[in-house]
Amino acid sequence: MAVQTFKVPDSIKKDMRYSFCPGCDHGVAVRLVAEVLDELGLRENTVAPASIGCSVCLYDFLDIDMVEAPHGRALASATGIKRAHPEKFVFTYQGDGDFASIGLAESLHAALRGEKLSAICINNTTYGMTGGQMGPTSLIGQVTTTSTMGRTVENYGYPIKIAEHVALCDGTAYSARVSLDTVANIRKAKQAIKKAFEVQLKGLGFGFVEILSTCPTNWHMTPQQAHERVRNEMMKVFVPGVYKDITANKQD
Amino acid sequence: MSYITIDKTKCKACYLCLSECPKKLLKIGNEVNHLGEKLVEFNDPNHECLGCAMCATRCPDMAITGVYKE
Repeated sequence: MAVQTFKVPDSIKKDMRYSFCPGCDHGVAVRLVAEVLDELGLRENTVAPASIGCSVCLYDFLDIDMVEAPHGRALASATGIKRAHPEKFVFTYQGDGDFASIGLAESLHAALRGEKLSAICINNTTYGMTGGQMGPTSLIGQVTTTSTMGRTVENYGYPIKIAEHVALCDGTAYSARVSLDTVANIRKAKQAIKKAFEVQLKGLGFGFVEILSTCPTNWHMTPQQAHERVRNEMMKVFVPGVYKDITANKQD
Repeated sequence: MSYITIDKTKCKACYLCLSECPKKLLKIGNEVNHLGEKLVEFNDPNHECLGCAMCATRCPDMAITGVYKE
């Protein structure tokens, strides 16, 4: 008798099909979120504000209660929801442009206030939905539609390292950066998401995971080449790891 | 006998799963999707599938809907 070792998570809507481009790691990230929601039994008790960007389609995929937030303000909406309904589990799923560019103030201040929220930020070094413009995380030298000669420090400055910034906030309970380039890293990413969700459930503070993702369409690469780029270029600048974990200190 | 199930309506032919299978049981087939891309096929005549679910973990579109391990 064969045992089912993998199934589509229950938190994913039935007969749903992703609208993402072929090979986009957003699909993996959404599935990991759904798996963690299932494992922690949170599906019926979750409210999530959707962000703007490719990540907005989350409400088409997840079978949970969601509201739409203005661009970058997902964590501001989440703060209101959590304070009005402290018993609900509230998380956001945002892109790097939404979280770290237009929404940087809302995001960092949610962490500084130590809101009991969980946030997931998908870092693909570009604005994917609008056609591959330069984002706050675009690497030095990266050619985009708005930096056609490559990103230069003189004109555009340096890319923001989100997980490190969030870790510096005193209200943050957990901040980590993970990658989805290999199956082993996908499994690590799931553990990080679970941890970020658990710190909220325990009321410890703000939980954050930055996920290094691909954008094969706007990088003009095959999905395989895009994962090579994540490994060889992105992971050198955005080094994966746990940058803050207050639960680890408590155990020592 | 371990095996996987593929939902062909979800496969977008990114072929990320091909390199993940340790037994190389996933291949590009002749069937095409609505975009004209050739879909992935599971071909396991010698019952080599381990049920490791690495293909399903990698698949960004959840086209591999189930992995069954003996």
